Amino acid sequence: MPDTRVILILLFLPLLSFLINGLFGRKLPGSLGGLLATATLFVSFLLSLSAAYSYFFGSVGITGAYETLIPFQVTWLQFSESFSINMGILADPISMMMIVVVTFISLMVHVFSLGYMKGEERFATYYSFLSLFTFSMLGLVLSSNIFQTYIFWELVGVSSFLLIGYYYQKPSAVAASKKAFIVTRFADLGFLIGILILSYYGKSFDFVTLTERLVPAASTYSQAAAAAGFLGISALTWALVLIFVGGAGKSAMFPLHIWLPDAMEGPTPVSALIHAATMVVAGVYLVARLFPIFSLACPGALDVVAWTGIISALFAALIACTQTDIKRVLAYSTMSQIGYMMFALGVSGYGAEEGLGYMAAMFHLFTHAMFKALLFLGAGVIIHYVHSNDLKDMGGLRKALPITGATFLIACLAIAGIPPFSGFFSKEEILLSAYNSNYTIYIIALITAGLTAFYMFRLYFSIFWNKPQVSANEHKHEGTLSMLIPLLILAVFAAFSGFIPFSSFVTSDGIPFETHLHLEFSILPVLLSVSGIAIAWRYYKKPSTVPASVSQKTGSLYRTINKKFYIDEIYLFVTKKLVFQLIARPAAWFDKTIVDGMMNTAAAAAQVFSLSISGLQSGKLQHYAYYFIGGAIGLAILFIYSIA
Amino acid sequence: MNLSLLLLVPLLTSILILFVKTDSVKKLALGGAVAQLILSLGLLFSYWKESAMAEAGKFLFEYKAAWFPAFQINYHVGVDGISVAMILLTAFVVMAGILMSWKVERMQKEFFFLLTFLGAGAYGFFISLDLFLMFFFLEVAVIPKFLLIGIWGSGKKIYSANKLVLMLMAGSALVLIGLFGVYYHANSNTGGFDLTQIASNGIPIDIQMYFFPFLFVGFGIFTALFPFHTWVPDGHSSAPTAASMFLAGISMKLGGYGCLRVATYLMPEAAAHYSWIIVLLATIAVIYGAFATLMQTDLKYMNAYSSVSHCGFVLLGIGMLTPTAVTGAVLQMVSHGLMTALFFAAIGMLYERTHTREVAQLGGLLKVMPFISTVFVIAGLCSLGLPGLSGFVAEMTVFVGAWERVELFYRIATILACMSIVVTAVYILRATGKAIMGPITESKYNLLGDASWNERLAGVLLIAGILAMGLLPFWLKDLVGPGAIEIVQKLKA
Repeated sequence: MPDTRVILILLFLPLLSFLINGLFGRKLPGSLGGLLATATLFVSFLLSLSAAYSYFFGSVGITGAYETLIPFQVTWLQFSESFSINMGILADPISMMMIVVVTFISLMVHVFSLGYMKGEERFATYYSFLSLFTFSMLGLVLSSNIFQTYIFWELVGVSSFLLIGYYYQKPSAVAASKKAFIVTRFADLGFLIGILILSYYGKSFDFVTLTERLVPAASTYSQAAAAAGFLGISALTWALVLIFVGGAGKSAMFPLHIWLPDAMEGPTPVSALIHAATMVVAGVYLVARLFPIFSLACPGALDVVAWTGIISALFAALIACTQTDIKRVLAYSTMSQIGYMMFALGVSGYGAEEGLGYMAAMFHLFTHAMFKALLFLGAGVIIHYVHSNDLKDMGGLRKALPITGATFLIACLAIAGIPPFSGFFSKEEILLSAYNSNYTIYIIALITAGLTAFYMFRLYFSIFWNKPQVSANEHKHEGTLSMLIPLLILAVFAAFSGFIPFSSFVTSDGIPFETHLHLEFSILPVLLSVSGIAIAWRYYKKPSTVPASVSQKTGSLYRTINKKFYIDEIYLFVTKKLVFQLIARPAAWFDKTIVDGMMNTAAAAAQVFSLSISGLQSGKLQHYAYYFIGGAIGLAILFIYSIA
Repeated sequence: MNLSLLLLVPLLTSILILFVKTDSVKKLALGGAVAQLILSLGLLFSYWKESAMAEAGKFLFEYKAAWFPAFQINYHVGVDGISVAMILLTAFVVMAGILMSWKVERMQKEFFFLLTFLGAGAYGFFISLDLFLMFFFLEVAVIPKFLLIGIWGSGKKIYSANKLVLMLMAGSALVLIGLFGVYYHANSNTGGFDLTQIASNGIPIDIQMYFFPFLFVGFGIFTALFPFHTWVPDGHSSAPTAASMFLAGISMKLGGYGCLRVATYLMPEAAAHYSWIIVLLATIAVIYGAFATLMQTDLKYMNAYSSVSHCGFVLLGIGMLTPTAVTGAVLQMVSHGLMTALFFAAIGMLYERTHTREVAQLGGLLKVMPFISTVFVIAGLCSLGLPGLSGFVAEMTVFVGAWERVELFYRIATILACMSIVVTAVYILRATGKAIMGPITESKYNLLGDASWNERLAGVLLIAGILAMGLLPFWLKDLVGPGAIEIVQKLKA
């Protein structure tokens, strides 16, 4: 059982660093603010390790399962007797795993940024945003209440907005930050409505209570939720699918992915932390958090998760093959790998070996965080060195950047799923669970695995081999020590973290089980990956005209993929043309012309009326005499007639 | 605690302002505002102490004296949690508004007199428990606005001042008809104009059906009830900064409070009967106001239309008639008051330096005015409902409360209202992205200075209020909740 105080301290330390850097950062000398933030985060990381250690090695109860603990909870906002937003800490295998991942990657990024962001004018501001993000992300993963999740969900969103727009004078960065916020906001609308529906039937916002009430099919709560429906779909399915929409927005799943590639406008370490390792997997985490309800009470919603995941995985892998911006290739690869995690959850069952997909998704989340953060930080070094994001400005860098080259290669091997690197293990479990559940998904996943190996090594060879080294750079060094140490540490984890017996720690029902390597099963995916690498080696290790001629021959197909299937253009059409021209502009016009026009007309009518009767008050005696006599006669006639 | 102090302090300050030398006017006004802030905080603490022992949802610190005995009009004051919340809001906005007016040179004496006097009207309105007294203070709070906009305003100020006052006067006229309807009936029950008396006697259903619309629409005009909201954009944008802050932060709240305290509280059955119309109009205001905001290019117009949208949440909460939703409506009044005042303060600061409010002409101001820009961004984030700031708490309370109404119509209205959070994000980020972020558009902006001490103090004060509500919402919820339950419970009984 982890110590409550330890978890609270590790959660609030980044907040403290945010306040110090945010309020007084400008006055701190040199890089003191950054060092301070890094130091507090280091403490947070150590505390997370100790919390996770005491959870995983001290809390298997009599049942042999990891229990879900709520060591701390306070009421933040009480709506009515049964409804309240509680702020609490939920300790279970996934939350304990996530705090380690978040603090570890964040620490690496903090250290890396000390070198990478050195000399930036808003250095302290940068660290204050990083700290705010870390705090929000920790709050998100530790949430015990779905509204608490929503609160921190929005806070990670705003931290992401602030960091993408860090170079705020660059119009493209501003546009990207707006896009990221608005697209995820749109998805969060689904999340919010989903919460409202789910809590209406579960009569609570607490995860534990919701699970207890909605999972057993016989409970009055789940029967009410199953009986109610809209458009022929049960209320529970609506709720879960809408919540998943929120998750899909944050995790950049098709078709809500459009913000992620643009988000690469942020500083590269930020992309490593937020847009690769932690925040973008929040959607996966959310589905995992509600997994018992998804799996046991509403398998239909889980199918939506599975198909969204696999479509995104393939879709993004295809696009990644055609991009030439190093960070965009990595962004699409992130989307693709998150798609892997999503469909792994989608095909998973509940409990023990049935829940292999769940375990595999979490495993892949862990290994992916390591190798993808490494890839992005490596990309940071490369961009730092060549001052460009474009592959055409790179080539032959293996001599100039030996450490980066080696660690980048390790990460590429890991993401391609080559044994014994970490990605191999997690990906194999995912493929196995797909194989056991849905053959179509399995086939698509295999194709994606081959594509992944191809585009990653296309990237690797284009950067480090291909052309002879690009002209000698004024930078003599690969980077400062603070940039290279995180690369080396992450490389160790990207290489070896596959050997962690994950199923002994993280399972769908908390009961550890054993997984075995199935050699005969691994042959096919590994072969596909190797052939992907081989193709990349054949055409990208040395300059070759084949890729260009292939893209030319495939013509419109290639263009469609290169233009990312025109999804951005479709969005632009819907927002700019439809929403603005057909809703907002008419609304503004209606208000100015009709509604306000009515008021002005009423005022004008009153004016005309008063002007016309103001003649009655002429001040001339003879006029009054006319009115008097006329009135008297009229009255007299009226009297005579009424008497008659 | 003697509630009349809340009325006397601003009243005496405003009279004193007329008699002191011009150069000490500002200090006197600020001193009065500080005294009001201390008084209202004192009221909060003594209310906490007293209400712990009193029955939940009852009026405290009551005081009653005959005013016009012949018509049974009394000076009757008292507060419940809702009024305390509104008084706190008033004190914050008054102080911030006075700080933001530090540079007003023209007819300084008259300006500060009107501001302080307007504040007195608002306090009087919120403590009144006599309908006639309440109406009296409602009028006190309207007239100064005409002069504030007409004399110190900008743009088409005469048109705007006329429009605002005429429309608000039309609202007052409707309120007056409603009040006489209530009085006429209640008089036979010896209730007179006394709010608590009428509430406990009850009003027959048929009378309610006739007069509820008068009172609700009358007060509703003050809080931008669709389609009577068009005074808001013109009025706000022509008003000087402090007047905009008072208008959005205080005056619009008079309407919401009146809808709740007078119309809904006294005629719960009629409120339930007409609830679908209220919800319909409120939902239109929320979503249509948000879309209309998208097309605005002037920052003040943007914030004014966004006020229409945000005040829609107040009416939506009232129309839903569940305790949570009504609580949410009150929270939204407080939140919107603080946030809009902050937003107008930020816009005023930008305008004073750049002499434009057109978003297209602004750009990259974060570089030259970090403090003002931060204030602008915080106000914007509060407006789009970022957790940790007050808007989130208020909107979520309204949504959760509205969701308790299970009929399909109310569900659809709630979902539509929820959609506004996306539209709000769009217009806030568009303005922020252009004016605050991005490259500096004109080289002369490079020479501009950041906020002065008084502006900083005003910003910090309002942000403190926003954070106090956004980070720790429970105290405000507990303050307001019993009053809201009291209002809704009358319906069930």
